[in-house]
Amino acid sequence: MGAQTPNGFSLDASGKRIVVDPVTRIEGHLRVEVNVDEHNVIRNAVSTGTMWRGIEVILKGRDPRDAWAFTERICGVCTGTHALTSVRAVENALGISIPENANTIRNLMQLALQVHDHLVHFYHLHALDWVDVVSALKADPKATSILAQSISRWPMSSPGYFKDLQTRLAKFVESGQLGPFKNGYWGHPAYKLPPEANLLAVAHYLEALDFQKEIVKIHTIYGGKNPHPNWLVGGVPCSINVDGTGAVGAINIERLNLVSSVIDRTLEFVEQVYLPDVVAIAGFYKDWLYGGGLSSKSVMSYGDIPEYANDYTDKSLLLPRGVILNGNLKEIHEIDLNAPDQVQEFVAHSWYKYPDETVGLHPYDGVTEPNYQLGPKSKGSKTDIQSLDESAKYSWIKSPRWKGNAVEVGPLARYIIGYAQGKAEFKDPTDKLLTDLGLPLTALFSTLGRTAARALECQWAAQKMRYFQDKLLGSIKAGNLATANVEKWDPATWPKETRGVGFTEAPRGALGHWIRIKDAKIDNYQCVVPTTWNGSPRDPKGNIGAFEASLLDTPVADPNQPLEIIRTLHSFDPCLACSTHVMSPDGQEMAKVTVR
Amino acid sequence: MNEDGMYCIDGGRPFVERLTEMASDAMAVVAWGACASWGCVQAAKPNPTHAVPIDKVIRNKPIVKVPGCPPIAEVMTGVITYVTMFGRLPDLDRQGRPKMFYSQRIHDKCYRRPHFDAGQFVEEWDDEGARKGFCLYKMGCKGPTTYNACSTTRWNGGVSFPIQSGHGCIGCSEDGFWDKGSFYDRLTGINAFGIERNADQIGLAAAGIVVAGIAVHAGITAVRQLTTKPKDTIKTIASEPTDKNAG
Repeated sequence: MGAQTPNGFSLDASGKRIVVDPVTRIEGHLRVEVNVDEHNVIRNAVSTGTMWRGIEVILKGRDPRDAWAFTERICGVCTGTHALTSVRAVENALGISIPENANTIRNLMQLALQVHDHLVHFYHLHALDWVDVVSALKADPKATSILAQSISRWPMSSPGYFKDLQTRLAKFVESGQLGPFKNGYWGHPAYKLPPEANLLAVAHYLEALDFQKEIVKIHTIYGGKNPHPNWLVGGVPCSINVDGTGAVGAINIERLNLVSSVIDRTLEFVEQVYLPDVVAIAGFYKDWLYGGGLSSKSVMSYGDIPEYANDYTDKSLLLPRGVILNGNLKEIHEIDLNAPDQVQEFVAHSWYKYPDETVGLHPYDGVTEPNYQLGPKSKGSKTDIQSLDESAKYSWIKSPRWKGNAVEVGPLARYIIGYAQGKAEFKDPTDKLLTDLGLPLTALFSTLGRTAARALECQWAAQKMRYFQDKLLGSIKAGNLATANVEKWDPATWPKETRGVGFTEAPRGALGHWIRIKDAKIDNYQCVVPTTWNGSPRDPKGNIGAFEASLLDTPVADPNQPLEIIRTLHSFDPCLACSTHVMSPDGQEMAKVTVR
Repeated sequence: MNEDGMYCIDGGRPFVERLTEMASDAMAVVAWGACASWGCVQAAKPNPTHAVPIDKVIRNKPIVKVPGCPPIAEVMTGVITYVTMFGRLPDLDRQGRPKMFYSQRIHDKCYRRPHFDAGQFVEEWDDEGARKGFCLYKMGCKGPTTYNACSTTRWNGGVSFPIQSGHGCIGCSEDGFWDKGSFYDRLTGINAFGIERNADQIGLAAAGIVVAGIAVHAGITAVRQLTTKPKDTIKTIASEPTDKNAG
């Protein structure tokens, strides 16, 4: 029954099938089915995006200057990154250059998003895959305090603080109203932390919940609100005025001070809470190095955070750019987003229709036409799916490939590429982390590595926020106030027909928007998003994507409580759209786990 | 609603079934955000999936619409704590929005309003007027036709709101705001002065139609049972001032 995929994975679907749907604590709608062998080791994995909204179809015929607002609504968590990608695509198409200050402010907003997203992802979407909340009740507050003070100088670490927290937690548990901790496989054998580490992590879960509200104020100041701040083709909408009439209503010294204060507190929180926690937790999971999947083979990053306005080349982009194939860290392939043979999307296993589904389409020529149908081997009906047939169409996600290769994107991909390029700001912290944990470089290619890379990147992004805020202050001091270029604001100045591409590194990975403009209207618009890369179904040749690859060969202690599956999927920070953590009235997670 | 609801699948079944199931024991349903209230971006033309708001699915419960993309967090907590604190649903306007947060336009309480009245406008992005904080009406601001609390409550702990940060309001709490032309098209048909009277007149004219609509709206009956002064509720709903674009 076994089969080998062209990208080097063995699949065997003969064993028991486990279905998890929906996967919760993610952004969006995701279903996963796996087959386990007689030892409960995963031998086949099928990942399915379960929602389609048709934003690309809706964009046709609209004003390109409005596109950022539509695409921004693709996701409420990575808010702004689609908008930034969109304004870059339109500017690329129309040849619009933006002022230096606008580039700096955009970077600040993008970095604030990275930090916010990574922090919220770790504590609120992912930590409970490693932390057993109920075990925290057994912790000794004094020992917790000693542990806390041994790993960080974060001041909220007294025995009394942890004692109070434990009392509150105990009340929660006794009342049966666990609130945010309601769902979980508490007591599962895959939890390895001692009670004290669990209590410490629960404390920081709550602190992070409170603190994340502060980070987004950077979006509020420069973009008016969060989620979904405002953007502008040609620059940023906020004007700078520090000493003239009306300065009080613009970006002035009070606003700049507020941003600076948020950045300082963010750096403290990331360096004194988030990073020490990740290192401490990782120390207990050094034996659990599953989930590497594609990361040791093929990874990709478009790069982002341009140091210089309007320069999107390698020398300007502070986040690494390139592709690594087949584990060859010595060769970094260059990316050309306009090349027809590089980025292509396939739909052989997706619920869409192409004239010829054996070939892929470059996003400029992309087609988004829904075609929902189940394969002959699926079980259930079209409106009550029991299990899917992965030999046919099985997902609302397309399969993007780079020169035909499935690649992983995201913080781990960025760190692997930065490491391979020998860039000290990525390599040194990675080496230090591995040394501290006593792990080899290969340990990076794992669920744990993905989670650790995100934490390192969060620190990098917080430091870069400080850098760009200082850069903005320096620019203002030198008398540069411009934030927008309106030369080509009027559509009458545009060519009759043009096209362009915009890219960013979203928190979850490489993001690209391709636009065709005709008669001042959008003629075609295609978004290829990070979770399309990571969560993609199989392509016509049978290559599997990152989610599916990462689950293979992982042992599952209890198929009815597939904590290991959730843990690895969560490490990608999946973002399929916007979703809530749906619970039933009796408090059970409504995720259906079915074992067949 | 197209494809038998399978554009959004949950547990192998159409998500809409989950919604119906969850709503069945509820006293009322709060429609958080523009998606739940109006359908929002996925319902924008041509609405390829036939996305619909909650009140097109749940027809036997009172629906409290808290629109916005997203709504203001403080408004969301305000609505829910109002219900838990006072044990009743808030007074709603004729579109089903809590009057306490959605009865006035952004423009009514905008701190840049005096510049509108004085004829001082931003003429292009980052010009002298933009740096002085003049009115964004000519840049397409939808504040004059958008009912929301942004200009008073502001965002993220009162830090700012879109107009304060230099961009016009895009009207994200209004029904169908995606399909009313570009966000940068200047609004037409609003009067510079006497706008209140203009709106009231339109509101009163619309009220007659609304009352007829209410009689067949099953949800209103349930609202009446949950509010202390049922007759007043109906009255205020019907006399809610509105404008051309809000209907």
